[in-house]
Amino acid sequence: MERLGLPAAPPPPPERREATKGAAQAGRLGAFFRQRYPLGGLADLLAHKTVPVHRHTVWYYWGGVTLALIGIQLASGVLLLLYYRPSADGAFESIRFIMTRVEFGWLVRSVHAWAANLVILSAMIHLASTFFLKAYRPPRELTWVSGVLLFFLLMGFGFTGYLLPWNTLAFFATKVGTEIAGTVPGIGPILRTFLCGGSDVGDATLSRFFWLHIAVLPAGLLVLAGLHVLMIQLQGMSRPLSSMGERSTPPPAASAGGGSAHSAGPFGPAAGGGAMPFFPNFFLRDLLAWSLMLGLVLCLSVYWPATLGEKADPFAPTPAGIQPEWYFLWMFQTLKLFPGHVLGIEGELVAIGLTGLAGVVLLVVPWLDRPARHGRSSWLVRLLGIAGLAYVAGMTGVALWLGAHH
Amino acid sequence: MKKSGPRLFFLRITARKIDAVPFFPAPFFLVAIAVGSTPPAVAVEQPDTCVECHQAFELASPSAPTQVMGHDVHAQRGLSCADCHGGDPTAAEQERAMDPAKGFIGRPARHEIPQFCARCHAEPAYMRKYNPNLPTDQYAKYLTSQHGKRIAQGDPDVAVCTSCHDAHGIRGKHDPQSPVFATNIPGTCATCHTDAALMERHGLPVTQHWDYSQSVHGQALLFRGDRAAPHCASCHGAHEAARPGVIAIGNVCAQCHGLTRDLFAKSPHKAAHEALGLPECEVCHGNHLIQRPTDEMLGTGPQALCATCHEAGSPGFATAQRMREAIERLKAELTRAETTVTRAAQLGMDVGEAQFEVHEAQAKLTQARTYVHSFSAQTLTPIADEGLRHAQQAGAQGYEAIKAFQFRRQGLWATLLIITLLAVGLWLKIRDLER
Repeated sequence: MERLGLPAAPPPPPERREATKGAAQAGRLGAFFRQRYPLGGLADLLAHKTVPVHRHTVWYYWGGVTLALIGIQLASGVLLLLYYRPSADGAFESIRFIMTRVEFGWLVRSVHAWAANLVILSAMIHLASTFFLKAYRPPRELTWVSGVLLFFLLMGFGFTGYLLPWNTLAFFATKVGTEIAGTVPGIGPILRTFLCGGSDVGDATLSRFFWLHIAVLPAGLLVLAGLHVLMIQLQGMSRPLSSMGERSTPPPAASAGGGSAHSAGPFGPAAGGGAMPFFPNFFLRDLLAWSLMLGLVLCLSVYWPATLGEKADPFAPTPAGIQPEWYFLWMFQTLKLFPGHVLGIEGELVAIGLTGLAGVVLLVVPWLDRPARHGRSSWLVRLLGIAGLAYVAGMTGVALWLGAHH
Repeated sequence: MKKSGPRLFFLRITARKIDAVPFFPAPFFLVAIAVGSTPPAVAVEQPDTCVECHQAFELASPSAPTQVMGHDVHAQRGLSCADCHGGDPTAAEQERAMDPAKGFIGRPARHEIPQFCARCHAEPAYMRKYNPNLPTDQYAKYLTSQHGKRIAQGDPDVAVCTSCHDAHGIRGKHDPQSPVFATNIPGTCATCHTDAALMERHGLPVTQHWDYSQSVHGQALLFRGDRAAPHCASCHGAHEAARPGVIAIGNVCAQCHGLTRDLFAKSPHKAAHEALGLPECEVCHGNHLIQRPTDEMLGTGPQALCATCHEAGSPGFATAQRMREAIERLKAELTRAETTVTRAAQLGMDVGEAQFEVHEAQAKLTQARTYVHSFSAQTLTPIADEGLRHAQQAGAQGYEAIKAFQFRRQGLWATLLIITLLAVGLWLKIRDLER
């Protein structure tokens, strides 16, 4: 400035000087890492990644919400591990200790129990929205497969975690669950013995379920979730077929905001077929959704805290009206509805076979929905999806109603 | 009769008759084989003319011997009519079959019945063949009973074996249809003991059954079906039925209330009751109309029984007052604790430990009520005070749980406020970015 003959700029005010100093330090830290690791690609990816904006944009948030709930589960689960004892003699007592003696132990356990249910619900919504928006179209088939496998893993978390408090309900629900697993043709008896660690549910079962719940399933979850997120980052988010014809607007600049294309509220899509920068626009919206979900989890945990019930007594008769967790109810009800024999085959086997087949069909949907592979929407696939969803919801409702009127 | 034994009577019953008369079931053969009798092939040829003839003219009478023998314990074990009544069941003609020369006794007179049954039932060696667990001292006991003594004096009214057990359709005492099944015993005794004309002849009241049915014992046995509850025979004896003596009444109650009896025996009341000739438990609790005891029976209040003997200002009066006060203190604290813990539980708090303390306090209250029978405030007060501590502990834990609940609610709202501020901040930032 002085060389140009212009007067020197006045020194910045003290608070401005502090801010400048902070930014400089952050810049230096960034430079430190960039000099040592090839982070430029990731930074570029984040800087240029965009999220399609259309009338279905709101469904994109459920993946993030599911991820946030998984984060809550990991954090609360790690805290519970400080006091939990995985044995038939100590499990129930340790949970009671956590709930009554450990500072905020009640909150951690209630948050873990509620978030366990909400993560399944959130994953269901994410899965259903992805299905109906046909986000599994090429080239995202493997993203769908990893997502479905993640969903199965979450259900596995629910099944194994339900037993860990070692209370009456959990014990007998697990007994019923493992008995059902034992009827799978061929591998049933082996599977049941593997799960139970013996001929029946007992101390060994608790150890195995604990091992699955805190070691095997989390390892699988981290690998699959990492792959899932990585594939989404690499391929970007899918734009639904129905919004393909919408007017396209250029993506707004990352720092300058997204213009009018997505200015109708925090989660609102606004008109048009534009896109918004992932960072910070979509990420801030994600943060907002996560905050609301955290608030919901806390409300549920305080107003309806998780209960413990009575300690399991393996020698007691099975109490009447034993039911599994709500997300298994539709399968449970299906088993109950099936007749003793269907075409000479045991009804239970047919029901288990059909449920297994439904799982496989769900996994290979990207290849079964041939119209979607060619960019066309099929009313038949949509109808089958609605029918499947209605069946699951209906059977769950019937089981809940029967359970309430038992 | 004894000489005939199982071997001989088995020979008299044919397999054909077994088919025709369904009250001889399969165990007949088992019993027969077990006692080493002749194989069934031999028995097939022997008829029982008693059953054949009597069945023919007893068909219209459902309570007649041949009609009720199907569930009779004797018939089920293979005993025939002739084993009790004598005669020849193989003879086709009535005169020969019921010939006194062949041992025919016929129907025994009422006063002969106890001795009639005792021919087998007082004979251990014979009874062992059929039911080794069945005592054989019933007749000996009966002779010591009021019934036995009176019948020996020629009183025709009193109960004999058949009064309680029936004559032909006799069922085991574990059969719910038996008149001597636990829940049926009060009704069986009441058959005679509520007969006003009969009892008047002997100067006995008829209110015992009604009183019993209204008592805590009668309610348990007759209305709740609790077969552990005492009935007439539990206190009076069955075959040896008699009034318990003044001193013995404590021992009668002690069959179930052992600790209470021990406490009473060590208390100052024991000597006093003996000196005054007062029945122990009955003085305060009555006999047939025993009601659930209340705390009001203790102390010096208007319903207190203590004050009926102990005058105001006497040591006994003061002891009664102190015992009642100790129990009332515990009850009041327990009620407070229960209210607090219940409220905490209704708020969704885990109060398992507080509930355990409540249970401990309740147990101590029960124990203190039992220890009233020590009639010593020094013995009772420490127990009540221990219960008091458990109740206070429970109340404190319940109160802490309610406080924790309020703290959780307040903490939640504070957290929600922070989350709301964060959400609003994010929303404003998004708007600012996209303006």
